[in-house]
Formats: sequence, structure tokens, C-alpha cells
Amino acid sequence: MILSAYELGFRLLNERIRSVNGDVTVYDCFGERFIGAGASSKTIVINGTPGNALGMYLDGATIIVNGNSQDAVGDTMNDGKIIINGNAGDALGYAMRGGIIFVRGDAGYRTGIHMKEYKDKKPVIIIGGCTGSFLGEYLAGGCIIVLGLNTDDYPAGEFTGVGMHGGEIFIRSSKPPVNLPGQVTAGIAGEEDICRIKDDIQEFSEVFNIKTEEIFSKPIYRLVPNGKNPYKRLYMDN
Amino acid sequence: MAVNYFYPDYEIIRDYNRCINCRVCERQCANEAHRYLDDADKMVCDDARCVNCQRCVSVCPTRALKITETSNTFRKNANWSEKTIKEIYRQAESGGVLLSSMGNPENYPVYFDKILINASQVTNPSIDPLREPMETRVFLGAKPDRIQRGKDGRLVSNMPPHITLSMPVMFSAMSYGSVSYNTHESLARAAAELGIMYNTGEGGLHENLYKYGKNTIVQVASGRFGVHKTYLNSCAAVEIKIGQGAKPGIGGHLPGTKIVGDVSKTRMVPEGSDAISPAPHHDIYSIEDLKQLVYSIKEATAYTKPVIVKIAAVHNVSAIASGIARSGTDIIAIDGFRGGTGAAPTRIRDHVGIPIELALASVDKRLRDEGIRNKVSLIAGGSIRSSADVVKAIALGADCVYIGSAALIALGCHLCRSCHTGKCNWGIATQREDLAKRLNPDTGYKRLVNMLTAWQHEIKEMMGGMGINSIESLKGNRLMLRGVGLNEKELEILGIKHAAD
Repeated sequence: MILSAYELGFRLLNERIRSVNGDVTVYDCFGERFIGAGASSKTIVINGTPGNALGMYLDGATIIVNGNSQDAVGDTMNDGKIIINGNAGDALGYAMRGGIIFVRGDAGYRTGIHMKEYKDKKPVIIIGGCTGSFLGEYLAGGCIIVLGLNTDDYPAGEFTGVGMHGGEIFIRSSKPPVNLPGQVTAGIAGEEDICRIKDDIQEFSEVFNIKTEEIFSKPIYRLVPNGKNPYKRLYMDN
Repeated sequence: MAVNYFYPDYEIIRDYNRCINCRVCERQCANEAHRYLDDADKMVCDDARCVNCQRCVSVCPTRALKITETSNTFRKNANWSEKTIKEIYRQAESGGVLLSSMGNPENYPVYFDKILINASQVTNPSIDPLREPMETRVFLGAKPDRIQRGKDGRLVSNMPPHITLSMPVMFSAMSYGSVSYNTHESLARAAAELGIMYNTGEGGLHENLYKYGKNTIVQVASGRFGVHKTYLNSCAAVEIKIGQGAKPGIGGHLPGTKIVGDVSKTRMVPEGSDAISPAPHHDIYSIEDLKQLVYSIKEATAYTKPVIVKIAAVHNVSAIASGIARSGTDIIAIDGFRGGTGAAPTRIRDHVGIPIELALASVDKRLRDEGIRNKVSLIAGGSIRSSADVVKAIALGADCVYIGSAALIALGCHLCRSCHTGKCNWGIATQREDLAKRLNPDTGYKRLVNMLTAWQHEIKEMMGGMGINSIESLKGNRLMLRGVGLNEKELEILGIKHAAD
């Protein structure tokens, strides 16, 4: 089904999207929020710029955005796929627990904040460009990959991995990460590590038509936390 | 200072004339305070391990045990209490932030105890709830601004989603993880039998308890543990936790040692990994952002569930509540500074936040002054200890109250304030199987039902005494309250007169 979002407002638009059984294509999208909130089994294609909280609590559906997206994409997402053919705003994949988010361009601050994993649920975020500060803050699980395909500089901002206590962050860069917090260790990703993310990178390269040789043309650093109980020694029983 | 020994705060007194060496105290004490000496055929104890939870006293078949406060004392000092000095020693030794549990035990005023309830004499007859119908049912949620009628003149139902309770009391949020499965099951079954709600807290909802969904409030907190679409749709209402009375402004850390088995499965975090709830929600930095989270939940539940926003009672609580009431939130829960917790830094618990009585009265007034009181219902929590506190809270403007500590006490808690150790001898705040099984949900839920059935009758008696036969007529009815020993400002904030005024 093809829908125009023009002057519908988010509530009506989302009601219509929810009521459709099959796939939906939305055009004239200008900042309508909550598109695909909790959606589980369809493909939603959006032409334009969806508003905040795109694919919040997403539960298995696929969302493709032909354009940029705003803040809180895939917030508390449980399963499914979000593909952004452009840039994304802040707090992308906040508290995400499963599924995949691909962003072709840049993402804002706090990308993948407090993402977590559980058993077979292992969320993956791949950013083709750069991210702002606080990348992977409080990261508890899953995998964030920042490729920096549009820069020769280091592609993440300040304070990467603060409070990180699980998961892993991969950063493709010719310059090594600096100013990492004490509880995070960084090093060049080993063959085994690359093997683990190869399938996701392959899919990313196919989705956006980017050559894998280009992706692997620079060193990839891997950031992991030193322990999963970062605050264990903070307290004293009283 | 090399000597780190503190004389224990409590002494275990054993009457050896009564002790029969049955060793039940030894088996029942997870803190290992009791020990049997084979050679001497004698029970001995280590007072230093005792947290004064009264478990051994309660199970001793010959009543041979009692726990007393020690008479050992530091040199008396009105400024430097022994407690303060010991806390410094502990921090000097460990470098750690002091960690405590349950509600603020310090000697701040309890306003509920300075408020008295009215009764009818001569001019307005009192009502006997044993003979006449009394309504204690409440409906929580936004109320429409006006009555709508269709073209045919018939009423158009424009009631936003709400929850219906048989009485104005609900069990407040206690997560599975901070309390045991049996505690959650007891709360859920009691809520179902009583026609009220219990609250999952932020630890997710155990799969066995989905069947109590009609009586469940699910919580969405900053860690978003166990939050997914099915969870959001398996309840009567969704609560966004912004703050908690025991620890306003800070988040929570459930230590990896408590993330075991089903707790891990329900929270959907790996075993042994810390579950960290950051202090803020990272998608909320303003009322507009809160509105976004509220509406994201409404979208994910197709506008079928009321959304509650829970905040701690802090200095500007009425301005904050006014903002929240404009965010599309249906119900605001305010948690006073005496509210309980499974673990909080001592300094925060004991020094941050304000009393619920003042916060509630202030919020209710502010919302009425601004003409938006109908947009939200108010829930008051943070040490509601009895049916009298419930009646006073309702008369101060609450639609309903949350009880946490009182419910745990009904289940056996003796307020030893050691939840954070995870060794609760009463099977409540623990994940140790041998301890958790001491709380039998079959008896636990009945005790909760008993307590609240008694409260409900007491509420009816008090209402009847005032000549009121519906809880709605008591709501915000401050003429039914009088203060004793309160100053002008306190009376002004509470919106009540002094006794005999």
C-alpha cells in the first residue's frame, strides 16, 4: 500500500500504517514521529524525513528510509531491521536489544547508548560515516561498527565507551582511538573478531552498494570493556 | 588506626535454660550468626554478623532467643553520633560509597502523624459501613474536559483509557531481581484477588505472571530491561519511571551477583553482568522529550493503556508535575523521600527529597490552580503505613496510593534494612533459592489480601465516621483534616487548618 503522510499528523499516519497487513510505502514524510513503533512483520519504506523515535520498540519489521532520519531511531528495539539511506540523529539504537540498524551516512551523539544483548538477541549497528560523542555509552551488549567511509580523520567524537560494561565497538580508522575511559581496552581487531562481523559488513556493503575492499582498506580497531561489573568496588555495605 | 573492629550494634541473647540445641537458628540464618559447637554440645553466636532481622527469634521453638541493642557506647556526643563516626571508619577503610536499603530511617517529621481526621457528631449523621453501601472504587486516568454528545443527543464516550481499582491502594514498583519470584507471585495474585494492581518495577515481567496482566502495571525505566512490545501490551497500564523517592536523581545498579537464572531471562541481560539503570533516560531532557516517550508507548499500545509517570518528590515537584500533566501522561505517581529501596547510597536515601504529604498537597493545589487537575490522576507513595495514612493522602488530593514497604512487611519483612546484601532470611529480597522458598506465595498472597481487606474496612469506617459514603467525596477534601503541632507555613502548604480552628 502506498500512503501520503501529507498533513495526516503522526497519530493518523501510524494508525493507517498499523491497519495495513502488507508492506507500506510512505511518501511526503516530514518529521512524523513514531513510525513503525512496535511493528513486527511488515516492510515500511519511507520517502522523506521521518521524525523522532522511528521504529521504537520495533519487533521484527523492516524499515527503509530514503532520506535522513531524526533522533532516537530504533529506541528500545527488540528485533527487525532499519536501513537509513542518509544521516541519523542522536541516541540511535538507545537500549536496543536485537535487530540491525544500518546508516549510510553519519549518526549523532550517543549512538548505541545502553544497547544490550541476551542469548541469541545480539543487536548490530553499522554507521557508514562518523558519529558524535558518547558513542556506545553504557554499552552492555551487542556490536557497534563505525566505518568512517567519508573521512580521513578518526570517525567518532569524545567520550566513546564511557560506562561500557559489555558488547564491542569496531572503529575503522587510520588513526588509533584516543581518550578512552579507563575501563575500555582498544586494539586492532583480530581475524576472529573480523570473522564475527563479516556477514553484517557484507550485508551493509550490498545494501548501500559499497565495495567490501574499500571497507577493509583501513585498520579496524576493536573496543571492549575490561569487566562486566564496572561498579563492583564503588560501594560499602552500611 | 589499625583496629577495624566495631562492637556489634545488636547482641543475640540466648537463654541456655531454654535452648535445646535444635540448630534451627543456625539453619535459618543466612548471615551465619549462629553456630553449633560439637565439642561443647552448645550453640554459640557471632553478634557481629547479626542484622537483627528477627528470623531466628521468630522460628526458635522454645523462645530461647532475643536480639537487643547493645549497651556498648562511644563517648556521648550530641554532634558526632556513634553512627556517623562508624560510617567514617567504614569509608576510611574501604573508600566506598555507603549503601543502604529500605526507606529513610532518620528522624525527620512524619506529617501524617501530625494530621488528624474528622468525624461527624450530631449535625451530620455518620454512616455504618456494615449496614450501608460504601464506595471505595477508584478510576485512574485522564478525565475528559467536557461531555460530548452526538447529533442524536446521546453521550459520546470520550473517556481516555483508565484503570479501575476496588480500593485506592496499589502495590508499588519492586523489580524481580531486587525481590524474589515468590514475592512477585504473592503481589500479583493478591492484586488479582483484590481487584487492584501490582507493579513489575523495571526488571521485566516473568513469563509465568503474564496471566495476571489485567492487574499488572509494567514499568519502563532508563535501563529498559525486559521492555518489548509484548511486555507493553500485557498490562493494565505502563509506568515510566523517572525517579524513586529513596534515591531521587540517581539510577540503579543491580549487581551481577543477583542476575541469575530467571532474573537474567526476565531482564534479558546475561547472567553475572551488572544491570545498570542510568540516572536519566537518555531520550528525555525536557517535558517535550517526556511527551515523546509517553506517546511512543501509546503508539506501541495503540492508545489502549494509560501511561503513568513516576517521579520522586523533590523541591520543585509541583512545577514538574504541572509540566508532566501537559505531556499526555494520564497518571502521575509521586514518591516521597521515605519510600523504600532494595539498595541506595545512604547519603542520598537519607538527605535527598521531600516528604510525600507536603509534595502531594502542593502538586494537587498547583494542578487545581492551573485548571488541569482533571488531565491526570495522582498516586502518592513513599511510606503509606496504614489505612489512616491512605485516608489522609486521599483527603490531601491523591486519587490512590502506592504501598511497597507495608506490603513487604505483610510478607514477613522486619525492616532490618539489609536488602542490598541479597541474604534476606525472610525470602523476600533475595535470589538465593534456599532463602526464596521460605516465602510461600500461597500464604504470602493471602496475607496481602488479609491486610488490604482490613484496610479497606478501616477506610470505610473512617469515611462513614465523616458521613462520606464514596471515596470520590473524600478526594482533596481537606476540611476533613486538621493539623496538630504544625506551624503556619506547614498548614498553608498542606492546605489544612489547625486542630480546633
